[in-house]
Amino acid sequence: MTKDDIKQVVLDIIADIAPDEDLTAVKPEVRLRDQLSLDSMDFLDIVMELRKKHGIEVPEADYVQLASLDSCAEYLHPKFEAKGK
Amino acid sequence: MSSKPRIVITGLGLTAPNGNSLGEFRANLLAGKARIAVIDVRHMGRHPAGVCDFDATKWQKRKEIRNGTRVGSISIFCAREALGDSALDWDKVEKSRVGVYLGITEHGNVETENEIHNISQFGNDTKYWTHHHNPRTVANNPAGEVTMNMGITGPHYTIGAACAAGNAGLIQAAQMLQLGEVDIAFAGGVSESIHTFGIFAGFKNQGALGAHEDPTKASRPFDKNRNGIVISEGGAIYVLERLDDALARGARIIAEIAGWCINSDATDAVLPNPERQTECVRMALQRAGMKPQDIHIVSTHATATALGDIQECTALRTVFTDCPETRINNTKSFIGHCMGAAGALELAGNLPSFHDHWVHPTINIDELDPECALPGLVINQPVKVDRVDAILNNSFGMLGINSALIVKKYGVA
Repeated sequence: MTKDDIKQVVLDIIADIAPDEDLTAVKPEVRLRDQLSLDSMDFLDIVMELRKKHGIEVPEADYVQLASLDSCAEYLHPKFEAKGK
Repeated sequence: MSSKPRIVITGLGLTAPNGNSLGEFRANLLAGKARIAVIDVRHMGRHPAGVCDFDATKWQKRKEIRNGTRVGSISIFCAREALGDSALDWDKVEKSRVGVYLGITEHGNVETENEIHNISQFGNDTKYWTHHHNPRTVANNPAGEVTMNMGITGPHYTIGAACAAGNAGLIQAAQMLQLGEVDIAFAGGVSESIHTFGIFAGFKNQGALGAHEDPTKASRPFDKNRNGIVISEGGAIYVLERLDDALARGARIIAEIAGWCINSDATDAVLPNPERQTECVRMALQRAGMKPQDIHIVSTHATATALGDIQECTALRTVFTDCPETRINNTKSFIGHCMGAAGALELAGNLPSFHDHWVHPTINIDELDPECALPGLVINQPVKVDRVDAILNNSFGMLGINSALIVKKYGVA
């Protein structure tokens, strides 16, 4: 799975948990909270969906790594690779 | 209650299985149109149930709907519709002086069952249990969702009162207005119970779950062949104000709260007690300063259980002797038992009688149970009457909670 694929995985999750948001122009380098209406419960939803759908665990200390699509891709890429995805 | 402020209804919003506005609901009650669906109940197969089809997205963002509860959506829809009906200038209302008081039969079963099912897909590992569980299942959830949606900063809570809850919500609001705790109250009852299999299973194993090959005939209070309750969802929320405030803003006054009583059987968890019901109705009449003859419509609680219907009839027969102008009806025959919403919805469907003088019937009576043959029972067809000045709304519930609420036409002495 490429880093772009991972960004799409995260976007697909956000589309489910924040269905009112327009995701067509999300800037990958900008913090998600600065461009979308997301709160702490939404980030917990992202963590839960990564766990449920992909078997990926994000420890609480690493939540900050989910700030932007770019940081998500950097952080999650080795985890997906470790899963053989 | 003459020394206390008079309380009036100035707005109403509802969703019932057969209507998403008072106009639609009332038209179906007068036309004899029940609407009961057949739904898949988890672990239990297909059962009749009253399902509401209001558009939740009318007043909520999709994320609010996703993160909240079904009963939260019902409550928001009803409260928003009630606000529109009240014609309050919402931007100018001091939101800290608004209270939300919603009656519920139960809350949290739906979300808890859903999460137990969810983690069962993951080996019952609780790390898959949603972090939304607690805000969804706290007992104030539906009232709290209303405050968040509408920006209300006054008090909010639910009133747990089993199936007497719809009346209890209205009574609580009237009391808080009389105490001066708030200036405007959104109050009534709400229920999402069709989404919990536990309620269905509990009634079924109690021998009290209604069934019929035609789902619209499954709920048949007072019929000799009734066989139990049809579980439904729904909501009815009223805007209540003190009379002086309502007059000052030129509000349309739908009805006046005249009197009420809530009491307890203190006898059995599930079996009703007609003596306590009788006392409850009589106390409500006394507090309203009325005689039984002053009541023109009795909206019964009867749920179509074998014993419960007879017990309520016993109580009503005791109170309403020599009352030729008193008509008796039942709404559950159309929409099933909306649980926490039942009392509030059943009152709502009768309110237009103050002005149109029609009394809707109880339907689905093919063979009247002789033990339920009350004088004045309106059977299968609506009746036109000369006047309707006061309505008594009965709602009773498990653990022996009884409620009787009397509303009267505004302007009647």
